Amino acid sequence: MVLEYIIMIVKALVAPIAVVCCVPIEVWLERRGSGFIQDRPGPNRIPIFGRRNAGLIQPVADVVKLFLKEDIIPANVNRTLFLLAPFLVVFVAFTTFAVIPYGDVLEIGGMTIPLQVADVNFGLLYIFALASFSVYGVLLAGWSSNNKYSLMGGLRCSAQMISYEIAMGLSVIGILMVFETLRLNEIARAQGNLLFGFLPAWGVVLQPLGFILFLVAAFAETNRTPFDLPEADSEIVAGYHLEYSSIKFAMFFMAEYMAMVVASGVIVTLFFGGWQIPWLPTATLVAAVGPIVTALLQIAAFAAKLFFFLWFFVWVRWTVPRFRYDQLMGLGWKVMLPLALLNIFVTGIILLLIG
Amino acid sequence: MEVTTEKRSQDVEKSAYPRISSDLTPVNFGPSHPTMHGALRVMLGLDGETIVEAIPEIGYLHRCFEKMSEHRTYHQVIPFSDRLNYASPGMNNVGYAMAVEKLLGIEIPKRAQYIRVLLCELSRISDHCLCLGPQLVDLGALTVYWYLFQVREKMYDLIEPLCGARMMTSYTRIGGVAEDIPDGWIDRAREMIKTSKPLLEDVQGLLNKNRIFIDRTRWIGAISPEDAISYGFTGPCLRAAGVPYDVRKAYPYYDYDRFEFDIPLGDNGDTFDRYMVRMKEMYQSIRIVEQVLENLPDGPIMIDDPKLTLPPKENVYNEIEGLIHHFKIIIDGIRPPAGEVYSYTEAANGELGFYIVSDGSGQPYRIKVRPPCYAVYQAYGELIKGHLIADAVAILSSMNIVAGELDR
Repeated sequence: MVLEYIIMIVKALVAPIAVVCCVPIEVWLERRGSGFIQDRPGPNRIPIFGRRNAGLIQPVADVVKLFLKEDIIPANVNRTLFLLAPFLVVFVAFTTFAVIPYGDVLEIGGMTIPLQVADVNFGLLYIFALASFSVYGVLLAGWSSNNKYSLMGGLRCSAQMISYEIAMGLSVIGILMVFETLRLNEIARAQGNLLFGFLPAWGVVLQPLGFILFLVAAFAETNRTPFDLPEADSEIVAGYHLEYSSIKFAMFFMAEYMAMVVASGVIVTLFFGGWQIPWLPTATLVAAVGPIVTALLQIAAFAAKLFFFLWFFVWVRWTVPRFRYDQLMGLGWKVMLPLALLNIFVTGIILLLIG
Repeated sequence: MEVTTEKRSQDVEKSAYPRISSDLTPVNFGPSHPTMHGALRVMLGLDGETIVEAIPEIGYLHRCFEKMSEHRTYHQVIPFSDRLNYASPGMNNVGYAMAVEKLLGIEIPKRAQYIRVLLCELSRISDHCLCLGPQLVDLGALTVYWYLFQVREKMYDLIEPLCGARMMTSYTRIGGVAEDIPDGWIDRAREMIKTSKPLLEDVQGLLNKNRIFIDRTRWIGAISPEDAISYGFTGPCLRAAGVPYDVRKAYPYYDYDRFEFDIPLGDNGDTFDRYMVRMKEMYQSIRIVEQVLENLPDGPIMIDDPKLTLPPKENVYNEIEGLIHHFKIIIDGIRPPAGEVYSYTEAANGELGFYIVSDGSGQPYRIKVRPPCYAVYQAYGELIKGHLIADAVAILSSMNIVAGELDR
């Protein structure tokens, strides 16, 4: 019993720490990735004891710098909300990852340990509920800063997130219809089946349109280019976090990257088989290499897929220009929403025909 | 405290300065804003994010170029002219030197003319890169900026051995250019020009058919040819509106009539057309550079006139005439005849005019610059009305307003 609690606590600690640890790696990936795309080196050296470390320490140096900066609270802000906003944003980013499975159920020594913090039967709903919650942080940050650019950023962000949440929510309904569960671990497990005997039954194969819609909506939800209007520095300076400095700014910054990790995790889980290694179901692996190695391999597979999508976020950001506010809304309501409804309709008909 | 505030607001009410209507959200767009290139300020009246009123204001980068020039010799103005349009200083040097030479009524040697054309066209490419790069950054496309800056870097790599400086060239002299082309420069120029083209292709590949880019720029800030002419547009902004006016073709100088090049035109005068015109002009400049490199004549790079050009150093040290000429040119400067002149060249932004009044002394009585973006910027307030903030940013950077030239 005590052991179970310990395992629970370890899992509850490991998952958020893993997400936080992804942030510096993602920052590094972004900087080096943008350098790679833009034909320049990027931060490739932070010498420690004479070693360059490929610039991997750069994000750490950034964080230390941000910690040491003066923390300014402007005179006319609404102090309570101004201080609350970054915490709300980070809280959401931390907690969302809890339901994402990063491995199959580990059966060892008579214990069954699901490799996710909380294996709840409303996993997908939980993610959407928390994602909507993050709007508050951004909106409050924009409003409480008492700055017109911030307010505009906050308004843009809330309008964008709410609009794209609808498209996002509708785009996964197809997945729910196919897999008939909200439990993310079961969705991942169901994707281990083979289609026509050779094709992994990943969500992206079963729901290609749903995947594209979800991907676009995920970009909008995480405020990444081409949907980075809430912080479009060339238009509204820095948007909702304009007045934030020091570690409070860093929290917004971290939350953005953590949101990306979570979004990638959800994409991987729903559409790319989660922790599944293609053509190698858990039972086969356990029989071959034992449960611990299996779990590690699955975690590695999950991480590999996750990092591919983190790289994809970077790749897109440095390739395309930014949308305009009204075009963004037009895309969300006039293109994505009808397409999502169409996707549900077609999925329903096919399921009905297959029986 | 209250009294003073009230009094101050009354003073403001009484002032002639235009004000934003009270039912709109006033937003100070600049002078300290990431996209207000240089230091421009626009007072915006917003309804939501739509711009209803816009009051541009200039003068934040006023550096008294014209007034300072009145207390310098004609040669000493050349370094000032670098600072006008700091994106392409070489062209300002050429424009100014040409005006003084017109005032003097002299013609510079062919080789100097061709070197000036080289400098102009290299500067044009670098200027267009500096216009398009940040324009696309303002649209959120950061990568093309780096590609364009590689092209710009190549141009600087050519300008640097030519002038000794990357940016503040001060390369022309009244009657020619400062230095001859260094050894091996021509081969290097051919190489650089050749390697620039793939980079420009990359940029076009990323943008020309990019749906987001087209949606952001098509019909944004469109201006009709009639309006463009009546505002006094010149250069790429005018040609984007479809008016085929280019000083190099209309009033050729320096053998521009002998070089083969086209004038790219736009259809709608919108932001997309301005981008396309600049992009195509770079290719035309490359064409001109190639022809100049092919046909570069031999000969002197300065006219042979002791009243205008500094004598060689051995004459200064060994001959009394040389010493006197050197002394007179350094202390008094060259003395053009009394009169006035307006000379104009096609700079990267449009027609760059220098109006010089001479009273026969060694210092200009008056210099008036006609910077191309001064006329273009007049239309800015009108063009952004009815658009969104994001469009205002796109329009501003597509017009290539250089504050150094605008405010002088």
